Amino acid sequence: MESEQLYHRGYCRNSYNSIASASSDEELLDGAGVIMDFHTTEDDNLLDGDAASPGSNYAMSNGGGAPSSSTHLLDFLEEPIPGVGTYDDFHTIDWVREKCKDRERHRKINSKKKESAWEFTKSLYDAWSGWLVVTLTGLASGALAGLIDIAADWMNDLKEGVCLSALWFNHEQCCWTSNETTFAERDKCPQWKSWAELILGQAEGPGSYIMNYFMYIYWALSFAFLAVCLVKVFAPYACGSGIPEIKTILSGFIIRGYLGKWTLMIKTITLVLAVASGLSLGKEGPLVHVACCCGNIFSYLFPKYSKNEAKKREVLSAASAAGVSVAFGAPIGGVLFSLEEVSYYFPLKTLWRSFFAALVAAFVLRSINPFGNSRLVLFYVEYHTPWYLFELIPFILLGVFGGLWGAFFIKANIAWCRRRKSTRFGRYPVLEVILVAAITAVVAFPNPYTRKNTSELIKELFTDCGPLESSQLCQYRSQMNGTKAFSDDQPAGPGVYSAMWQLCLALIFKIIMTIFTFGLKVPSGLFIPSMAIGAIAGRIVGIAMEQLAYYHHDWFLFKEWCEVGADCITPGLYAMVGAAACLGGVTRMTVSLVIIVFELTGGLEYIVPLMAAVMTSKWVGDAFGREGIYEAHIRLNGYPFLDSKEEFTHTTLAREVMRPRRNDPPLAVLTQDDLTVEELQGIINETSYNGFPVIVSKESQRLVGFALRRDITIAIENARRKQEGIVLNSRVYFTQHAPTLPADSPRPLKLRSILDMSPFTVTDHTPMEIVVDIFRKLGLRQCLVTHNGIVLGIITKKNILEHLEELKQQSPPLVTSPAPLHTLITFVRFSPRLLLMILVIKTKSRLKATKNTKNELKLLILLTKQAKMLNLIADISTSVF
Amino acid sequence: MLWVLMLHSLSIRGHYTSSLLATLIETAQTQQSNSEDIRCKCICPPYREVEGQIYKQNVSLKDCNCLHVVDPMPVDGKDVEAYCLRCECKYEERSSGTIKFTIIMYLSILGLLLLYMVYLTLLEPMLKRRLFGHSQLIQSDDDVGDQQPFANAHNVLSRSHSRSNVLNKVEHAQQRWRRQVQEQRKSVFDRHVVLS
Repeated sequence: MESEQLYHRGYCRNSYNSIASASSDEELLDGAGVIMDFHTTEDDNLLDGDAASPGSNYAMSNGGGAPSSSTHLLDFLEEPIPGVGTYDDFHTIDWVREKCKDRERHRKINSKKKESAWEFTKSLYDAWSGWLVVTLTGLASGALAGLIDIAADWMNDLKEGVCLSALWFNHEQCCWTSNETTFAERDKCPQWKSWAELILGQAEGPGSYIMNYFMYIYWALSFAFLAVCLVKVFAPYACGSGIPEIKTILSGFIIRGYLGKWTLMIKTITLVLAVASGLSLGKEGPLVHVACCCGNIFSYLFPKYSKNEAKKREVLSAASAAGVSVAFGAPIGGVLFSLEEVSYYFPLKTLWRSFFAALVAAFVLRSINPFGNSRLVLFYVEYHTPWYLFELIPFILLGVFGGLWGAFFIKANIAWCRRRKSTRFGRYPVLEVILVAAITAVVAFPNPYTRKNTSELIKELFTDCGPLESSQLCQYRSQMNGTKAFSDDQPAGPGVYSAMWQLCLALIFKIIMTIFTFGLKVPSGLFIPSMAIGAIAGRIVGIAMEQLAYYHHDWFLFKEWCEVGADCITPGLYAMVGAAACLGGVTRMTVSLVIIVFELTGGLEYIVPLMAAVMTSKWVGDAFGREGIYEAHIRLNGYPFLDSKEEFTHTTLAREVMRPRRNDPPLAVLTQDDLTVEELQGIINETSYNGFPVIVSKESQRLVGFALRRDITIAIENARRKQEGIVLNSRVYFTQHAPTLPADSPRPLKLRSILDMSPFTVTDHTPMEIVVDIFRKLGLRQCLVTHNGIVLGIITKKNILEHLEELKQQSPPLVTSPAPLHTLITFVRFSPRLLLMILVIKTKSRLKATKNTKNELKLLILLTKQAKMLNLIADISTSVF
Repeated sequence: MLWVLMLHSLSIRGHYTSSLLATLIETAQTQQSNSEDIRCKCICPPYREVEGQIYKQNVSLKDCNCLHVVDPMPVDGKDVEAYCLRCECKYEERSSGTIKFTIIMYLSILGLLLLYMVYLTLLEPMLKRRLFGHSQLIQSDDDVGDQQPFANAHNVLSRSHSRSNVLNKVEHAQQRWRRQVQEQRKSVFDRHVVLS
């Protein structure tokens, strides 16, 4: 098993040695086989004796499931040891083991059910706890989302001014009943004072503009500073979007404290500050994290979920659905988001629970009514104008734009984040946040489209120009004289033209700032900025199309359906489609995204345009790189996430992936009955492996089971505290009965209860595609590789990820030594000299790096060997082909 | 001193999760008492020589139409219908109590956190230095990362066995929390293994 750390990418250290040592593998196997033959008979007896204990599957769980053998007098360990069966930080859970544990628990409760009324109530409580926990999660996430919405709106308006009559109202609420608002300036009212009015006493003029500008920057900076300080001091895990990490956690990874109380509190508080600071970020991703924190915290109330990591992940799946449900006001979209994007293991039961959690959360948010419009979402469109078939072309073009933007954003953002991760620049998170916030504020204020809240901008872009609209975007020429009917397309007025270039500037600004903002050490979501970029682009295209149709309504394209005076193009719809396309390009979601946008806007008749745009953007984006932003971040951070969407197409075998590799020291194994406590502790202290195969004996290498490092350490510690007579040279045994010992030896220690007697095994010739499939479908943590019943090595999830990474890089196929010969030959045939050159250069650089002369010598020998071999292969290949 | 603050912040979290109940109750209360919380907003576009205008009135949902809300009517009798057809009236409600409660609660939590942050980062190191001198500080920094595999097991086991009084427990919990945060800070900001 690999060491504790998250695995590092670019694993190709052993690449040179592989060909040279290709043959040693066989020898090793043969040798072992010979040794084994001597011992076959007595091993079999031993194994038979072992196998006689019935139903010993998953005895490892807690000792409770172990077959209780009352024959042994020294059996003290039958009671479960506290802590056994739990996991360390940054470890991967074993889904199979957890599921079995849960089934065991369930069986126990079911069998006790009929005993008494109390037991019956307990079983009822247990059955209902799943629904209870998602209800509580939904309630909490709805309430928190309401709090975040209200507080973020208020704080956002605090940058411009303050409501004197009631300090806790935002701008719109402040002018709630005021009748002084006019048609053109809807948000002006005497109760609301801008900072210039308050400080300088005048509302107009350059002085007040500068004052407002200054106050805007001041507030933005202080909000950003507070946010990053709180994150740094109280809960560093509260930064970022959280969706990549939640994806990883749901796939079975443990990050302690990531979904804890402090993370929840700090994320909620700082999310408001981050949104209000005007940075180019949204609150949707962090809301998913907040909801998952709620789910995790509430699952501690129910032993069914708190004690089982796999069951807990079901609750978290439901919680993430609730998170999206409240973030967008899209309950169904939330469920689908959980299904399509975040969840790893999603049975039907979880689907229903997610559905229910989303429902409860949406209901709570609706009853809090944060936007004061009795709707869950800010951007609800009310137009129902039809669209025409020809318009699919601009929609698809928007899809292409979305895909390009997505691919560009992922590349650029990952490059920037990698820089932050690997260079010294990442040491100054506070400074970075403040710098980005300052630049954002300075550039954003002069442009009215960037100054306002991003979700309000999206709302404005989505709305169609009607007679009721007075924004600059709707200043068409004919509207000026006020007499004409409003239902048709009109020539653009000066307002529209100025709005257009302002929008173009806003687009460029948003694109640049979003790249640098996502990944800052404050809570930052990606949905809203992506949607804003798409909406701006879409609106621009929409207005362009509209004007095109107005000036060229006799073109054959427009002739059919766009007659003079008819309302044929809706720019707001283009904005909507653009927003969906850009979000699709970045996240590579499809179904859930269309449903979210549909629920967000309420435009049922626009599903086909949305689908077309989202699909196109996914295709275009996939052409440049198959992974979405979340997968890219998972890869950047090196989380052990085994994506079930990717296909494994290579022909490697389990033998080539397993550890130990050819030149590594042999696999660390434990023997079942001839180790002492001291030796066991020595093995554990010297190695960093997380688990050890247990074998019959050193001579016969036959597999008995698998024991986890954490369990062993806890069990030994526990035994030394509670059992008398356990000293350093006590014998440790994993068998049913204690081995026969000399009379004066100390009492032996039985560790059978922590032994997993049914570890997953594959043979060394199993193709990796099958192994990968087993890992994906069953959620394994590790798998032992055997040959004729002898343990050869082990494959862990991290080994598989490293292997996939290696294959993806496809650096010279030397990496996979007994690679399919034809690949090698074709490669060598086309570029034997090139390969040789690469090899020489690589080795030279390696020589420079190593100071050790011994190593140099080795490498030189290796190089000559490999060069010879390559020449040989090249010769063969050229003569064959 | 420390654990008092800790307790305090924990109890805030209690408030925080039960905020839903409070807001719901408050919503129910304010909706009856505060008539300012409903409005009917009519937006009337420009019509002939009449400027566009926005009207707001405190009327109930059934009265929310142009005829009730637009007052005074800017056009004379025969044009009223044509004018009103163009107006769009929307009934909206809010609950100012919820908003007030939310904002005040949010600000108080934020304020407490800021105070605690200032205490943790500025005051506490100063106090510690004055009380224990310099050596103590270094020592407490050192024992953060123990890599011994058996120490971990020790922790796991001792967690379930220590039966001490409440005060010790709180102190212990706080120590553990601080160690965790320190560990998180290391992995996020220094080693960049997560969340970069």
